[in-house]
Amino acid sequence: MATSEIKPKDVKVDPETGEFRVIAPGQTFKSVTEKIAGIVLTPDTPLGWFAIFSVAGAGATVLLVAVTWLFLKGVGIWAITQPVAWGFAIINFVWWIGIGHAGTLISAILLLFKQSWRNSISRFAEAMTIFAVVCAGMFPLIHIGRPWLGYWMLPLPVTMNVWPQFRSPLEWDVFAVSTYATISVVFWYIGMIPDFGTFRDRSQSKFGQYCYGIISLGWRGSARHWMRYETASLLLAGLATPLVLSVHTVISFDFAVAVMPGWHTTIFPPYFVAGAIYSGFAMVLTLAIPLRKYYHLEALVTERHIDNMGKVMLATGFIVAYGYGMEVFMAWYSASHWEAFMMWNRMFGPMGWAYWVLVTCNLAIPLTTLWSRKLRTNIAFMFVLSIIVNTGMWFERFVIIVTSLYRDFLPSSWGTYRATKWDYMTFIGTLGLFTTLFLLFVRFLPMIPMNELRMILPQAKITPKQPKAAAGGGD
Amino acid sequence: MPAREGTYGLLAEFETPSDLVRAAQQARRDGWRRMDCYTPYPVEEAAEAIGFHRNKVPLVTLIGGLMGLVAMFTFESWVSVLAYPLNIAGRPLYSWPAFIVPAYEWTILWAGLSAGFGMVALNGLPALYHPLFNAPNFRNGATTDKFFLCLEALDPKFDLVETRAYLTTLAPTSVVEVEY
Repeated sequence: MATSEIKPKDVKVDPETGEFRVIAPGQTFKSVTEKIAGIVLTPDTPLGWFAIFSVAGAGATVLLVAVTWLFLKGVGIWAITQPVAWGFAIINFVWWIGIGHAGTLISAILLLFKQSWRNSISRFAEAMTIFAVVCAGMFPLIHIGRPWLGYWMLPLPVTMNVWPQFRSPLEWDVFAVSTYATISVVFWYIGMIPDFGTFRDRSQSKFGQYCYGIISLGWRGSARHWMRYETASLLLAGLATPLVLSVHTVISFDFAVAVMPGWHTTIFPPYFVAGAIYSGFAMVLTLAIPLRKYYHLEALVTERHIDNMGKVMLATGFIVAYGYGMEVFMAWYSASHWEAFMMWNRMFGPMGWAYWVLVTCNLAIPLTTLWSRKLRTNIAFMFVLSIIVNTGMWFERFVIIVTSLYRDFLPSSWGTYRATKWDYMTFIGTLGLFTTLFLLFVRFLPMIPMNELRMILPQAKITPKQPKAAAGGGD
Repeated sequence: MPAREGTYGLLAEFETPSDLVRAAQQARRDGWRRMDCYTPYPVEEAAEAIGFHRNKVPLVTLIGGLMGLVAMFTFESWVSVLAYPLNIAGRPLYSWPAFIVPAYEWTILWAGLSAGFGMVALNGLPALYHPLFNAPNFRNGATTDKFFLCLEALDPKFDLVETRAYLTTLAPTSVVEVEY
């Protein structure tokens, strides 16, 4: 890419590569630590934090109200009925869990590829994953109608002698999502242990020292500990990579294994995974841009990160575009009457507008603009774009679920779908819950991994003064 | 188990990771074995310098993963064939391809838990108390921006006066005695 678009004298640009720097120059071990620890280890919570927290908390309260009413009245308060038996609950489930995937991608896959730019954004991307999985996991549970019987999905030796059906993709989901949640939490926590050690040692309050001391497990930075720690991180990354690909694959099986036109297709697993990463990176941008502005993290989360995330979105966006194209192609090439009608109905039927919203938000706007480096490093533009893509990806799931179901094989069973206020309240409520959890994370936990940032500073380079030192290194 | 009294070791503080690695390499060459480096981020060369090359985390992970795989696959087969046979359109009870997905997830689950908890256990954590926390400069630096080399009293070469003099030759910024 041409370097002429940026000023060569800009200190934020590395003169050797012409790329933006991963960390602004002039940072030291101490400055990085003080910056990140200072956000948490201060008795003064910024007023803005309280302002957003009260809005987010109100959203979470809406969720509480919606779910309470649901438990009292049953799923009849939602718009789901025949033929659209999977409405907002499954749309939101797939949307949220897809958002989570970018966190794992950043923390695991980019670690395996030794992409050091991931270090600044990996921690809050992982936090985003966990909170997104919390929101996602709730939907199937409240969708089952009798949530107090949710434990029937688990293979527990109960007195009825009933066991789950292991041949069903819905049962596979239970294992995929619970494994994903567990491994994400373990990965996240392990990553934070050394940073908790830093907090313990820097905290001014006795209470803070106790709390961070206990959750740091007494971390002291021994070289032996670090070696095992690095091995474990690498192994967890290696395990999380196939896991994240399998989770959305299994979720796409929920659809692909059914015989519905619009669902019964082999393109679903790769297309779902790419879409998940696409929307997840959009969500990372939605969170990272206000965070770096509000907490003045521009030196640590630089234009380079925004630029690289834009590139990943461009690549995954094209895989998603291929998926859409292939769906249309197969509707014609399969010569299946039902598939062809489904696609025509999806585009031009009563809910065709949703398809064109999705095409505009996921393809037309991002895939034309993300080519430009100037736009990729324009922070305001990227923020707006990230929201557009998130909207588009929500509509993708809406289109897949609703427009496949509401006009299926028999015209006599055709119906329609119109979400009720309880559907909207539940969805908005999870946005509130997600934001609430994220704000608590930002206030009390290290949102940028300090130990990983120290590692990529230029000071961390080992310079052997005596060349003979190599002789005694081994044995 | 050593007696928990007296001196734990001598702690030398360094400003840069390179100084620490050089000092640790020198100490190892001079025959020191009971020693450890403390750094605010992983310094691979420091572990190499004190002669720590391999660890058991991968083995623990492998065992955990295999156990998860075998446990889940066996369990699914037992449930589907013996405990609760369901005839779905006459398909075989032992439909193993369908069992792969949960078995795969459990392989990852147990491998991941073994890697995480195995690492913590092999490191001897949680250990909320450690003599090093008694050193006045340790907590200020070891988790922020300073690099430490500790020669432990358990090493047969250890002598409070001589070892202190020896550490001074490695050009640290300070040497302090750490007590239990």
